[in-house]
This record gives sequence, C-alpha cells and structure tokens, in this order.
Amino acid sequence: MIKGMFSKPENMRVYWKEFMHQCSEIGIGSLGIVVIISFFMGAVSAVQTAYQLVSPVIPKSTIAQIVRDTVILEFAPTLVCIVLAGVVGSKIASELGNMRVSEQIDALEIMGINTKTYLIMPKILAALITIPFLVIISAVLGIVGGRIAGSASGILSAATYDKGLLQNFFAYNVFFALSKAYTFAFIISSIPAYYGYYVKGGSLEIGQASTRAVVVSCVLVLFADYILAALLL
Amino acid sequence: MIEVKKLKKGFGDKTVIDDVSAEMKPGNCTLIIGSSGSGKTVFMKCLVGLFHPDSGEILYDGHDFTTMNEDEKKEIRKQIGMLFQGSALFDSLTVEQNIMFPLNMFTKDSYAQKLKRVNEVLDRVNLKDVNKKFPAEISGGMKKRVGIARAIVLNPKYLFCDEPNSGLDPQTSLVIDKLIKEITDEYKITTVVNTHDMNSVMEIGDHIIYMYQGLKEWEGNNKEIIFSKNEKLNAFIFASEFLKDAKDMRMLEMKGKIDNNRNMDDLLK
Repeated sequence: MIKGMFSKPENMRVYWKEFMHQCSEIGIGSLGIVVIISFFMGAVSAVQTAYQLVSPVIPKSTIAQIVRDTVILEFAPTLVCIVLAGVVGSKIASELGNMRVSEQIDALEIMGINTKTYLIMPKILAALITIPFLVIISAVLGIVGGRIAGSASGILSAATYDKGLLQNFFAYNVFFALSKAYTFAFIISSIPAYYGYYVKGGSLEIGQASTRAVVVSCVLVLFADYILAALLL
Repeated sequence: MIEVKKLKKGFGDKTVIDDVSAEMKPGNCTLIIGSSGSGKTVFMKCLVGLFHPDSGEILYDGHDFTTMNEDEKKEIRKQIGMLFQGSALFDSLTVEQNIMFPLNMFTKDSYAQKLKRVNEVLDRVNLKDVNKKFPAEISGGMKKRVGIARAIVLNPKYLFCDEPNSGLDPQTSLVIDKLIKEITDEYKITTVVNTHDMNSVMEIGDHIIYMYQGLKEWEGNNKEIIFSKNEKLNAFIFASEFLKDAKDMRMLEMKGKIDNNRNMDDLLK
C-alpha cells in the first residue's frame, strides 16, 4: 500500500487541497480532545506526584520536574497518540471503508486517479505534520495543568513550580518526544488507512475494520513506545 | 470501439468469465444481461480494469488494455465514464463539486469555465437547482442522473453503466434508459450497460449479450430477442407467467389472430 502511494499526482492543486483538508480534519478536529486530556493529565500527575512525595527532604520543586518529564517523555506523546488512534484512526478506517463499499474508490480508479496517492498519502502526511504539533501543545498544556492544579490545591506555589520546571531540563527529552510523535503519527494513520482501504463487505465489515484498526494501532503504538525507549534513552 | 477476445476470469477454482468475445460499437448501447451470478458485473469490471483478466484481450480502439502499463491505462481511463449501481457519488461533496471533480483533476479550466460545463451537463440530464445539494439530500433517480452527469462531464468515448435502474421505479427507470440512449446517440459514445431489467433491454438494446454461468449464451438486438429460440434466454426473459402470456399475445397479434383494437370486454367473454 505504501509503495503504491508514491506516484505523480494528477493535479497538484487538488492534492494540496486534500492535504490541507486532512490537516484540518486531523489537527483541528482533534484539538478539543487533546486540550482536555492534556490539561487534566498534567493536573492529575501534579497532585498524584505530590501525594507520593511525602519526604520533607525532597524539595517541592521536584514535583514540577517530575510532571514536566513525565508529560514530555510519556504522557504527551503516548497517551495523546493512543487517544488519537481512537479518534483519528477510526475516522480514517471508516471513511475509507465506506468509500470502498459504496464504490467511490472504484469511481476514482476509473477516472484514472491513483486512489492510494489521492486518498492515503494526504492522510499520512497530514498526520505526520499535525500530530507532532498536537503533542507539543499537549506537553505545554499538561505542564500548565500541573501548575494550575499545584497552586489551586495548595501543594506548591506557581513560583516554586516554575523554578522546578527549569531545573535539570534536558532538551533531548523533547527530541525523544518528537521522535515518538512522528513514529506514532505514522502508525495511527497508515494502519487504519490499510484496514479501511482493503475492507470487503458492508457496514458490518466497516465497523469491524474500524475496531481492528484502532486495536492494532494502539498495540503497535505501545510496542513502538517500548522499542524507542529502549533504543533512544 | 471495444473488442473483447476470449476473455477469461476466475477466482480461485471458480471460472466466472469463460472465453467471452464481443464487439461494442460507437453510437450503440450494448446491454449485458443475465441473472445474478452470471458474471456480467465481473465482465464489466474486467473491461474497465478494476479486475485483471486471467487471459484474453480487451481492445480499446485496437489498443490492448490488458497489456498496458498503469500510465497507459490511465490515459484510456480518462476516456471512460462510469455510472455505478449505487451512483458512487462522493458523500462529502455537493452535486456541483461531484461533477466538477473530474474537471478539477484533469483540466486547467478556470472556475467559471468549469461551472459552465457542470451546468451544461446538469441541464443535459434534466436536473435543475441541485448544485448545492449533497447526495444524501436528493432522490435515487436524481443520484443516477448526477452519476451520469459526472460520467459525461469530460466527454468520454466510452460509457459504462452498472445496473442503472436498480432501486428505481419503472417510470424513473425509463427516464434513465432514455437519457443513456440519447447521450449515446448524441455523442457517439460506445455504451455498455449491465442490466437485468427487461424494459431497458427492449428500450435501448441496440446490441444485447446474454450471459449464462460465465459464458456468452446469446447475442443479438432488441428486435431479435423476443423471437429467440434459446431456451435459457427465454427462461430468463419470460420468467413470469404474465410475461409468457404477454409474449404469446404479442405473437398472436403479429400473426393477425388477435385484433388489438378489440374491445376488452369481448376478449374477457
């Protein structure tokens, strides 16, 4: 499927329009859920870290460090991408599956359009562009969420939190998070595209393909998460 | 012209199309008829390249489609328009955008030129005030007409229609049949229609191919079909007692034994 995607577009303007449409669908369309998840993810991790750090010798600013690193290293890329595997993955699989079953893909083929290039490539490229941005937004919001929750619940002041954020910060962690984001973006766009594009049957099979696409994507995201951690850390 | 020579296609052990040869001429409506499972859809999908045949040749104006590379096939496909059984309109696009899609993809015309062409073909299929509607907002018959409009928007040389009347009432079916026939005559298109609707056969069947279990069982036109002695074809056409009676009546009428103008009350006595 991936090999078949690489052919010369019939009309670059139409492909560009489709790419921008997919960027909007995947990026803007998922922004709401990413914002909500990220904020609470950071808030909860701040409160729970404070709950576990009971020793008086550990400075409170450590909570901010832990929240920062957990959010950047794991929560923002992995948790968000697992959620996106559900949101974006099911959408891609069901959209392509419906197009296959209702002969819309055949109609495009007969027009002389390479359907893999037109339908799949813009989705994968859009995911590769927008999902890392969503992960960055998620990391920022997670850290902000931790700050607000920390000061609102009286665990640590905003100034202490900010101080902690700047301690022992490794820029490599951001690189690692982005490496994960690109890998996961490819997984959560290509796997559902495969299941949707090759669906056979009717509405029942579209549902099955969509579910299978999400499950396989989630498992592969977790597997890739481990491999990347083992290789890059 | 489309020429098919000794076409074979199977799936696993099952042969679906067996040694079928046929010629489809410009300006003619070739109807492929046959009961469900007779192989007519697979035959059409082979013709348009959605299935690759196991053997045989499909010649578009003398050029063998089966041996072409993807780029060459693309060039042929640009000359093909197809109406699908379920219309296959793009759900997320309006009627206007659906019809404009091939123009956007394959022409460099301005928006105004494309819109003019869209309105021309919409007018040709007798549709008005539907430009901004989505496929979900129009009736089945209108969807078929939009499908035809999209199929002809690039002035194709070949038009394929897969079950154009499925799910339509007899009157709307007649409108679609007439439209296909008119377009075929007007633009001298080579039209191939897959159907099991006998009304279509009688209305537009310039050339009819009857398929039975993957074989070409009979070939002729709509004037010859009613007098065919082929038992399998007759069993397919005159499936109901009513149609058998209608045929007998027609035969008697043609032999002058029944006066068609006679009062119905006399006939019922």
